[in-house]
Formats: sequence, C-alpha cells, structure tokens
Amino acid sequence: MSKQEQHWEKTRNLLFITLAIWFVFSIGIFLFGAEMQESSIRPFGYPLTYWFTCQGSLAIFVILIFWFAGRQEKIDDEFGFTEREGDQ
Amino acid sequence: MIKGKFIDNLPKVYGIYTGGFLVFIIIMAIAEQAGMTAKMIGIFFVSFTVLIYALIGWLSRTLQTDAYYVAGRQVPTVFNGMATAADWMSGASFVAMAGGIYFKGYGYMALLVGWTGGYVLVASLLAPYLRKFGCYTVPDFIGTRYGGNLARFSAVIVLTVASFTYVTAQINATGTIASVALDIPFEIAVYVGLASILMCSMLGGMRAVTWTQVAQYIVLIIAYLLPVFWISNNIGAGFFPHFMLADEVARIAELEGQFGFVKNSAADLATVPKGLSAITKAHSSVNATPWAFISLAVCMMAGTASLPHVMMRYFTTPSVRTARRSVGWSLFFIFLLYSSAPMLATLSKISLMDPNLATGIIGKSITEVQALDWYQNWNQAKLMFVSDFNGNGTLELNEFFMKGSAVVLATPEIAGLPYVISGLVAAGGMAAAMSTADGLVLAISNALSHDVYYKIINPKAETAKRLIVARVLLVLIGFAGATIAALEIQGILGSVIWAFDFAMSGLFFPLVLGVWWKRANAPGAVAGMLLGLISGTAYLVWVRSGGSGFLGITQLTFGIVGAAVSLISMIVVSLITTAPDAATQKMVDDVRVPSGKTILGKQH
Repeated sequence: MSKQEQHWEKTRNLLFITLAIWFVFSIGIFLFGAEMQESSIRPFGYPLTYWFTCQGSLAIFVILIFWFAGRQEKIDDEFGFTEREGDQ
Repeated sequence: MIKGKFIDNLPKVYGIYTGGFLVFIIIMAIAEQAGMTAKMIGIFFVSFTVLIYALIGWLSRTLQTDAYYVAGRQVPTVFNGMATAADWMSGASFVAMAGGIYFKGYGYMALLVGWTGGYVLVASLLAPYLRKFGCYTVPDFIGTRYGGNLARFSAVIVLTVASFTYVTAQINATGTIASVALDIPFEIAVYVGLASILMCSMLGGMRAVTWTQVAQYIVLIIAYLLPVFWISNNIGAGFFPHFMLADEVARIAELEGQFGFVKNSAADLATVPKGLSAITKAHSSVNATPWAFISLAVCMMAGTASLPHVMMRYFTTPSVRTARRSVGWSLFFIFLLYSSAPMLATLSKISLMDPNLATGIIGKSITEVQALDWYQNWNQAKLMFVSDFNGNGTLELNEFFMKGSAVVLATPEIAGLPYVISGLVAAGGMAAAMSTADGLVLAISNALSHDVYYKIINPKAETAKRLIVARVLLVLIGFAGATIAALEIQGILGSVIWAFDFAMSGLFFPLVLGVWWKRANAPGAVAGMLLGLISGTAYLVWVRSGGSGFLGITQLTFGIVGAAVSLISMIVVSLITTAPDAATQKMVDDVRVPSGKTILGKQH
C-alpha cells in the first residue's frame, strides 16, 4: 500500500469513529428521550434529556471537533503530509 | 502594509472595539438615568452600531479578486470562528429561538441539537477538503471536481434557491427590528435594513463581511448574555444561570401542574391577534416522539453541512489545518449563545408565572396586568394580548398571549431591567440578522458573478469588470430579497428551516461524495442535485397543499425526501455512466492530502 493509501485509510477510520460518537449524541440518545428523562442521573439537577438538549450534546460536539482536529493533525504529521509555508 | 499590520493587531483592534462598546452601553445607561427617552436610546443603539459596521465595510474595500471572494485567505482561526458564528446565527437564532423553546419546549429543542451537531459533519466531511481545493465558491468546487458547466450551473441553482429563501427571512428580521427601534413603518424599515447590509459588503466583498461579522458577533453575544445573567441574579436564581436553574425548571413544572393547560375554544382564539400564542406545552417534559425530534435534527445537521454561506467562511483561513480548528471555534462561539437560549426561556417563563416574584402576572387581576407599562407598549406593537375568556377577572395561563419573537425582545423589560438593556438587545438582534444576510447575499452574488458570469459566460473578463459585475449583482439580489421580504409571505423561522431542507436536498450528497467517493462523476452529480431539489420541492408543495405525506415527514423535514432521492440517483447514474478520468481521480487524491498546492490557483 502506498503512503497515500495508508494515510487515507487512517483518515477514514478517524472519520468513522468521529461519526459514531456524533451519531450517539445527536440521534442515538434521543431514541430514548422519554426513558432518560425519568433517570435518576440529573446533571446540575436538570432532567437528563432536557440537559442533553440544552447543554450536554452541544458541549460534546464542541469537544469532539477539537479532538478530531488534533487526531487528524497527528495522522497528517505521521505521513509528512502537513502543510508547509508556501504551499498555498 | 496597513493590511498586514491590521491582521497582526486583530486582538488589540477588537479589544479596543469591545471596550468602546461597553463604554457606549454605560454612557447610554447614564443618559437613561438623566432622563433620555426609551425611544432615543433605541435609536442611538441601532444607528451607532450600524454606522460602525458600515465604517468597517468601507475601510475593507478592495479591488483584488482573492480579497473580494475569500478575504485574501488570511483570516486567523479564532477570528474566523467568530465571523462564522455571526454568519451562522441569524435573526432566527437570536430573536426567535428562545421564543420557540418557550412555547414548544422539547420538540423545538431539536433545532439546538441539529444546528450544533451539523458542525461535526462540516469539520470531518467537508471543510478541510474544500479549503485544500482552493475554490472561491461552492459551485466552483462542484464545477471543477465533476467538470462541466452543467454541474456548475446546477449547483448555482440549488445554492440560489436555498440562500434566497434564507435571506428574505433575514431582511424581514432586520426590517422588524429597525421598525421597532427606529419607529418607522415596516415597508420602509426593510429598505433601511437592506442599505445597512449592502454598506457592509458591497465595497469589500468577503473581506469586508469578515471584519464586520467579527464586530457583529461581539455585539450580539454581549446583547444576549448580559440580560440572561442579569435576570438570573435579579430574581435570585443563581449567579451562573446555565448551571443553576434546575430549581426554576422544577418550579415551572410545579406551576404548570397548578395552573393547568386549559384549551381555548376556537371562538375565543379568533379574538387573539394573528401570530400570538399562549403556553400550551410543558416546559421541560419530553413532548415529541423520537422520530419527530430526530428527523428535524437530522435535517438541520445535513442542511448545515450544505449551506454555502457557512462553507465559504472556511475558504478564508490560511491553511487546511486552521480550517479544521476554525470549525471547532465556530461551534464554541455558537454554543455560548445556544446554551443560553433555554436559560432565557426558563427565566422569562418563571418571571411571568411565579406569583412569588414581583414580576409574575399569572393569577393577578386582568385590570392590574392591563395597566402595566410594558404590557401596554408591547400590546400596542401587537406582540402581546390578554383577555378574560372565563370571566373570573383573573389572568389564567391560557389567557396570556405573546409572539415568539417578543420573548427575547420583551423579557428584559418584563423582568424590570432598565431600558438600556432593551436597546442593547435590539442592537444585538440587528447584528445577528445583518451578519447572516450579508453572508447570504454575498454567497448568491459570488456564485452568479464567479460561476455563471466569469466561468460560463465570459471567461476572458478582466478583474475590474468581474468585480463590477459582482457588485451590481449584490445590489440586485439585495433589492429582490427586500422586495419579497416586504410582502411578508412567511414567518422568519419557517423560511429558515426550509432553506436548510432545500440545501440538504440538492447539495449534501454531491458535496460529500465529491470528496469521499472517487467514482462519483458529473452525470451522477447533476442527477443528484437536480432530482434531489425537484423531489424535495415537490414533496413540500404536496404537503403544503393538503397532502398527507408519508413516514411522518412534514413540511419542515422535506429535506429527508430530497436527500434520499439525491443519494440514490447520484449513485445509480454514476454507476451506469463512465468512471471519471485519471486526471479527476488524481485531483481527488490531491484534495485528500493537506500538503501541496491547492487545486485551483490563488487567483482564478
């Protein structure tokens, strides 16, 4: 496998992990909205589903993007594909 | 030379700007104590901020194509994040969202999840790759990746339909706010709003829009957060509302149980002014089916990743790496406002409902409420209404009506904050609507001037001529948008949601597969864009004209139908036609790697 193919395979795997986490917090948990609302887990005292729609999912998305960006930069560095001055 | 200095000094420049704005608020507060009228404060707030934006727009004027189309590709990560946040958060986010949550509760909060979750798709599927491509516009990517004027032109059509639907709503919002704050008729206010929007974008294109959007973000976030914190502290709910309103949420549920949700008769409702509603749904309970919630969230997420005015903000960063990080910053700045919207809705509701608070009106006598100053003001503006339906002389929960947009605009006054805060909120709403309108008008006119005029009609046009065409189109589109906005066909929020569905129907899969599926070719992309847009639109028309729909897909989620048709037709047509040539495959390979030259040159 060429260097570029390996790079793309790692990039794709990172995409799948990122999208899986995204799926859980944007779609997955809301399949159980009514059940979660009754849960005894109450972040800051808010009902669980209510909290996820107000803050939880939103904050997780912010963190997820920064985590994803960091991991992708590592992959690019590993294969020497990081941009250099003057590339543009 | 001045430009280079400006970029290096951004934190200082915007630091001084923010300090200056805070001083302005304090001066206004002192002026209010000294007896300045509420009307004058409103006029000062709106006109002062709009003049500042116009000044920035004028200072950023340019005669170069890469500055006009992509701000010279030198906008730093964090500042691009702020500009995107302002670009993104429209009049709907600022003025309508808290109101929507106030009235509809959980079912409506799908928008919060959808409008933030979409950024994960932007960051992972698209933004870094489109930045590497080096395009000026979204159709520029489609046209070059798939090849051919037909693909390029189809992308322009989808872009125009989606963005134009969106922009009329934003011009409508600027008109609404300008008419309230400046006290002029709506039909005129729409054009005042338009003039302000054009001043920000006409001379400097993307460069001017970028630096005004950063300024607008600072105004709108101060205007949104200050009242939330103030009210929370005022009623003793906690100094940091986001983590401390659980008791208030529980108290609202208790009060809702106590007052009960009484259904108003049709005859009673007929006496209520159009567009106003009473609270009919519980504040924090799960009141929508999983599918209703998820389908709306999915549409907003895919729409986010397809809307050209957002995507083109990531063309302005210096590199692929900064484009990726910039998406994170964008979402962080958006999060600051979105996580506050439910808190504002909670504070607004508890202020009105709780009889233990001085501001509570439910349970008081009707005549007492009708004598309140703020009630009279907002009632006159046709945004509030009370009526003693059951004739007991007391105001019940189902007898107090308010328009969704009034929740944000009127809450400071209801909660007894000085008028200076209401003036600030009006300036914030204006900033939110203007910044989005700027981005949208520019997205449409850039697509028409770069993709249709320069790439298809007259490829030999000189730079000066291209930029004149771009500016003429900008003004024409602005006027068309304002003219339609003045007709007031639809509400602000409905048309915004439609814009997402249109964008998702036509552009989501052609964009994503352009990067992630090498086999995708021009006929497939054209089929995907056109059939997606047509089927989505057809479904919308069918449901609007009384059709029953299927799978619980409503007029707010028709993008699901459009995107499904788009995906299937794109795959089928791509597979039965010939594979893209070696040069195109090589181009896709190059896009997938951050290093090396962009596909399209710096000036093209």
